Amino acid sequence: MPSADRTPILPPDVDPVGPPSGRRPRRQLRFLSNRKAMLGLAIFGFFCLLAVFGPMVTPYDPGQRGPDLLAGPSSTHWFGTTHLGQDMFSQMLDGSRSVMLVGLVAGVVATVLAVLIGVTSGYLSGLGSEGLSALSNVFLVIPALPLILIITLSLPDTDDLMIALVIGCTSWAWGARLLRAQTLSLRRRDYVEAARATGESTWRIIGFEILPNLTAVIAASFISTVIFAVLSEITLAFIGVPGVSEWNWGAILFWAQSQQALEQGAWWWFVPPGVAIALLGTGLALLNFGIDEYVNPRLRTGTHNVRGVRMRVGFTPVLRASGKDD
Amino acid sequence: MTFLLRRVAFYLFTAWAAVTINFFLPRLIPGDPVQSLIARAQGQLDTSAIKSLYILFGLDDEQSLISQYGRYLGQLFRGDLGLSFTFFPAPVSQVLADSLPWTLALVGITTIISFLLGTALGVLAGWRRGSWVDMVMPVTTFLSSIPYFWLGLIAITLLAGQGGPFPSSGGFDSGVVPSWDMDFVWSAVYHSLLPAITILISSMSGWVLSMRNMMLTVSTEDYITVAHAKGLSERRVMVSYAARNALLPNVSGFALSLGLIVGGTLLVEIVFSYPGVGFQLFTAVGAKDYPLIQGIFLVITLSVLVANLFADLIYLLLDPRTRKEG
Repeated sequence: MPSADRTPILPPDVDPVGPPSGRRPRRQLRFLSNRKAMLGLAIFGFFCLLAVFGPMVTPYDPGQRGPDLLAGPSSTHWFGTTHLGQDMFSQMLDGSRSVMLVGLVAGVVATVLAVLIGVTSGYLSGLGSEGLSALSNVFLVIPALPLILIITLSLPDTDDLMIALVIGCTSWAWGARLLRAQTLSLRRRDYVEAARATGESTWRIIGFEILPNLTAVIAASFISTVIFAVLSEITLAFIGVPGVSEWNWGAILFWAQSQQALEQGAWWWFVPPGVAIALLGTGLALLNFGIDEYVNPRLRTGTHNVRGVRMRVGFTPVLRASGKDD
Repeated sequence: MTFLLRRVAFYLFTAWAAVTINFFLPRLIPGDPVQSLIARAQGQLDTSAIKSLYILFGLDDEQSLISQYGRYLGQLFRGDLGLSFTFFPAPVSQVLADSLPWTLALVGITTIISFLLGTALGVLAGWRRGSWVDMVMPVTTFLSSIPYFWLGLIAITLLAGQGGPFPSSGGFDSGVVPSWDMDFVWSAVYHSLLPAITILISSMSGWVLSMRNMMLTVSTEDYITVAHAKGLSERRVMVSYAARNALLPNVSGFALSLGLIVGGTLLVEIVFSYPGVGFQLFTAVGAKDYPLIQGIFLVITLSVLVANLFADLIYLLLDPRTRKEG
């Protein structure tokens, strides 16, 4: 399936298949030739490794108190220590697992819900479709963070997994909306009509004709949900919602704030968690840009300059790329 | 007109959904919701607070769920949200009335400025692609990945505190009395500058990005080519042809993502100890003040719905198609 199926109107000079010379790399791998996507993937992979191995290689027990109180970074404590002499570096390593776990679980839950609700409401028509679409709009409009907050606070006991489920169940609406719009435009395409004419079942059409063409949108909505979930979870921990893992980066920031790290100038206490969150977020966002540009070649920041008409004396004005084939 | 009526109906439905979530959440949990709240508060509640909780949940006498629900709705219409624990015996509505104006002023104004500024930057970034403006993209990506509250912490360290030009906490100087005279207004504006800049920096990048992408998509349309061919000035094509059309999706995106932005901006209030709803939320979570948290959730949801309605009105002004319909 050429990618032109997803972007119906391609600018004349953009070749969606990539560089014309040489052998074409496989379609799936071409996505990786994008530098942004590559960098994003590397950052994301780094944090995944950190989540798996980080808690195993902490130099100290993250909760263990030491003699150096509120000490700056040194060779014994790379990221400095807290007011109780706990090692910041160990806390950061230990917290990475909780951050990544909640982000990924919530991302998976939300994406599954988004695909189910979005594609169903896009493909079916009538009252059910309208109802599902209204449902996702309701979830979009209600402010997410306060909603997550009152749900987690009314649950009898919470842990990381529970919080991930709550975030997942409340943040599928954006993806569902995107997928619904995309499905609506796909379902009148010729090849879908053809499948219907040959008598394929509705679920086979959705599963084998429509879903494969939604891969990029699904991936993009998964990544945005992970970003959102990570930020929400860190926010919850920062406000002091019980149940989040002890050394979640948000919890570290909570302690830094409540122990007046700012007033004491202990920058090493709140800078590492923030930088780590920002780095993870940037990595995921870059991955998403890569997908965006793959799906919609017009967004590429290449040398193409599509707009503009060159007037030439004596010739009919023609639209041409100023980038040429140089 | 039908467009507007449909939207109003949808917002009424959403408001009802939020109220219903608020009512049923504590009751869905198995067991006595009051008992679980008491257990959570770990002995911080006195008997009168416990009694007010039973009254809030309508559990003080035997009633069916339906009549409890009816009574709850009746209470809401009278503006009765129960009593707050933290500010006992002040009613929740009083606490909210004191803090909401602060939030509306800070978050409302900065969100609008951020949208306008971000959109304008996005127009430039999309139109002048391939120039230095492209440098904006990686910077905004990084900034948008940072949690709002962390940026606030950094801002306080760098610009407030000892010797810094800005106050690090509060909504006004302790020396002035809240009233509408110049001293107070000036002091309030001065205190809100740093939180406002923080929100501005981290929320603007989203608008830059989406506007840029819309500009890129629009700039290959035929009518842009025609406008160029007519010999219109570059500026005119950019503003009245490309930007005007690219703006529509951004405005509807603004309405939809308002719920997400508000969650993040409330956190900024916590960091700056700004006397708004977000800071109340923080104290409420710390004190397990469930009635106050519920009240805040409702008030924030309703404010977002009203803001959405305004965004719809603006959309109506911008897009002639919606007006023609009626």
